[in-house]
Amino acid sequence: MELDSVMLSRMLTSMTLGFHIIFATIGVGVPIMISIAEFIGIKRNDPYYLLLARRWARGFTITVAVGVVTGTAIGLQLSLLWPSFMEVAGQVIALPLFMETFAFFFEAIFLGIYLYTWDRFKNRMTHWLLTIPVMIGSSASALFITTVNSFMNTPQGFELENGKAVNIDPIAAMLNPATPSKVFHVLTTSYMTAAAILAAIAAFAILKGKRGTYEKKALRLTMVCTFIFAILTAVAGDVSAKFLAAEQPEKLAAAEWHFETEKNADLILFGTIDENNEVKNEIRLPGLLSFLAGSSFDTEVIGLYDIPEDLRPPLWIHYMFDLMVSIGFFVLGVSGVYILMAKIKRFNELNKPLLWMVVASGPLSMLAIEFGWIFAEVGRQPWILRGYMKVSEAATTGNGVGLTFILFALLYLVLGILCAVVLIRMFKNAPAEAELERRFPNR
Amino acid sequence: MNLELLGITVLWTFLYGYLIVASIDFGAGFFAYYGKITKRDHLINDLISRYLSPVWEVTNVFFVFFFVGIVGFFPSTAYYFGTALLIPGSVAIILLAIRGSFYAFNNYGSRSSTAYLFLYGATGLLIPASLSTTLTISEGGFLKVEGNKVIFLAKELFTSPYSWSVVALSIVSVLFISASFLTYYADRANDKGAREILRKFALLWSPPTIIASLFVFVSLREHNPIHFHKAVGEYWWMFALSLLCFMVASYLIYLKKKFGIAFIMVMLQFFFAFFGYGASHLPYILYPHITLHESVTNETMALALVIVFVLGLLLLIPSLYLLMKLFLFDADYVKGKKQ
Repeated sequence: MELDSVMLSRMLTSMTLGFHIIFATIGVGVPIMISIAEFIGIKRNDPYYLLLARRWARGFTITVAVGVVTGTAIGLQLSLLWPSFMEVAGQVIALPLFMETFAFFFEAIFLGIYLYTWDRFKNRMTHWLLTIPVMIGSSASALFITTVNSFMNTPQGFELENGKAVNIDPIAAMLNPATPSKVFHVLTTSYMTAAAILAAIAAFAILKGKRGTYEKKALRLTMVCTFIFAILTAVAGDVSAKFLAAEQPEKLAAAEWHFETEKNADLILFGTIDENNEVKNEIRLPGLLSFLAGSSFDTEVIGLYDIPEDLRPPLWIHYMFDLMVSIGFFVLGVSGVYILMAKIKRFNELNKPLLWMVVASGPLSMLAIEFGWIFAEVGRQPWILRGYMKVSEAATTGNGVGLTFILFALLYLVLGILCAVVLIRMFKNAPAEAELERRFPNR
Repeated sequence: MNLELLGITVLWTFLYGYLIVASIDFGAGFFAYYGKITKRDHLINDLISRYLSPVWEVTNVFFVFFFVGIVGFFPSTAYYFGTALLIPGSVAIILLAIRGSFYAFNNYGSRSSTAYLFLYGATGLLIPASLSTTLTISEGGFLKVEGNKVIFLAKELFTSPYSWSVVALSIVSVLFISASFLTYYADRANDKGAREILRKFALLWSPPTIIASLFVFVSLREHNPIHFHKAVGEYWWMFALSLLCFMVASYLIYLKKKFGIAFIMVMLQFFFAFFGYGASHLPYILYPHITLHESVTNETMALALVIVFVLGLLLLIPSLYLLMKLFLFDADYVKGKKQ
């Protein structure tokens, strides 16, 4: 591997995105959870849920701050590291980038208001109403940015003449074939991951001996939400697989180590592959890939041998794909079992093994987000704009990407550590029970 | 008015908005740190944090809006500035990142630390300095194009008197804008102690603003005579109005009268100077490589961006009004009576 400016630009972009996506995911998902908790709290006049919303919102301010600054970084890095790409693609795809800043603007304004007006309105519902623009803003941000990523996978809405984009249709570019499945998948997984992380925190508190009503209510709410969002995520995953089979077959084929175009194609789970594309140690599910690709075992799935060799994505994305899917099913299973045990009286849903699995679900869900994005991005290689421009043609020609990489690595390291330290300190010295007494003395 | 002129006007207006709100924020960071080390933080820091906490994210968005907009409307700016500004741009991002997150860590976290506050104050002066170099570069002479490579001439930039005069102007402007706003805010809060400290800051930074502007003019004449002659020939009245507003503002602050009007005058002072500078800069965006007419994006996209912009404003203006009503014009909040 040569560390030229293309490779370094890819590394820096991956690092920024990999770090930013953690906070972006929390930023899209947690407002939904805050809104649900506050709504239940007001409707049932239940101080536990109101306190949940307050405490989640307080922690959220920290992650939002890191999300905002890293989002600014990636926004600028697109132009700094990929100037040729931005010059061409900017002609076609500037619209959703522009719309994203509006959505972000809208969210930032109402989040500022929401966080500082807990006790300012006579009617508590007025304060809850503020969560609506925050949710719309954050989810719309995700939507617009995802259309840009979709466009890179299945570009349309323009023609290329002598390296210049002509006959431009910005709306068609936004509504490209990848947009529906990608947006659906990004939103559901963000909601699921946010719920799973909040559930993990509640479960961890219970394991540490804080067995109050507050923690139990928090766990129940977050587990139910995790379960619902995990089901939606599974549906979105299925939609995405069908989209790939139809529009971006080389990505699906590389993810599945599927070489010969055929009907009744097998689904391969894990395993190893050698240089002759010989798959070993795998779990083979006969015909299932065809079924996933088109809901029928007769569906023909295009194999990698039908794709020119220099246009095939790297085969290691198979592991990213498998890990992502496995985690998704694990979280679905854990939340399903929790709900079943909570419903049936003779089980104790607060048993230690299950709680530890809930604790694991949070970080695992975030890992699945990372694996999923690595799969999505590496699976598009060698293209930056599929069919039009390769990554190697788009990177900056400027010097100093290596130095920049080191600077940003240090920045993210410091931000990551401080963010964790500040969050831990924030809640360690302010136990929920004490805060409940203070805020709701007449409970 | 054609689309590209409309586009650059809109973007310039947003950059002006950023200049004002970010200056307040940047300067406040410096004053907060200064207050802490001179043991006067109990007088001014509460006031500063009451204003900044709900709005700092919004400040950041003004900036994001500007650079996403300029790359959208004028894609070749991404190519030239993007290639050239890799290192200075990255340094600016890192400073912005440190500033934003440390603000949150310090303010929302449970313990306040002098180290966070120092970084917060120091970045407040370094960021305007580094961002203003983009404007310096746009005057030409700091980029060399060889084939398809754009080379940034760092040595020329660091040894140019023009470059340093812009840096000086940006820093003193930040302190002046910030102090005059916070004086007004303290006055609304009926906080005499804070007001007196901040008023002194405002008066202290008022003459340097004008001196630094003069230096910028003098060095611009050497660096880019075309721009200079256009500025003093065609747009001299904008700069004259700016000077007038400055004098009214400083006089009002000196008299301890009408701090609100005084701050509006400061805003107008920078409005006229900023738009005078911008208008005389045209048709070039980057001397001599990018002009307004050649670099504008295709017509379909430009129109789409303008439409989205108008729709977006319909959404944002009422929201911003609500934000200001709750945190700026609500006397009880400003006085710290509401949480």
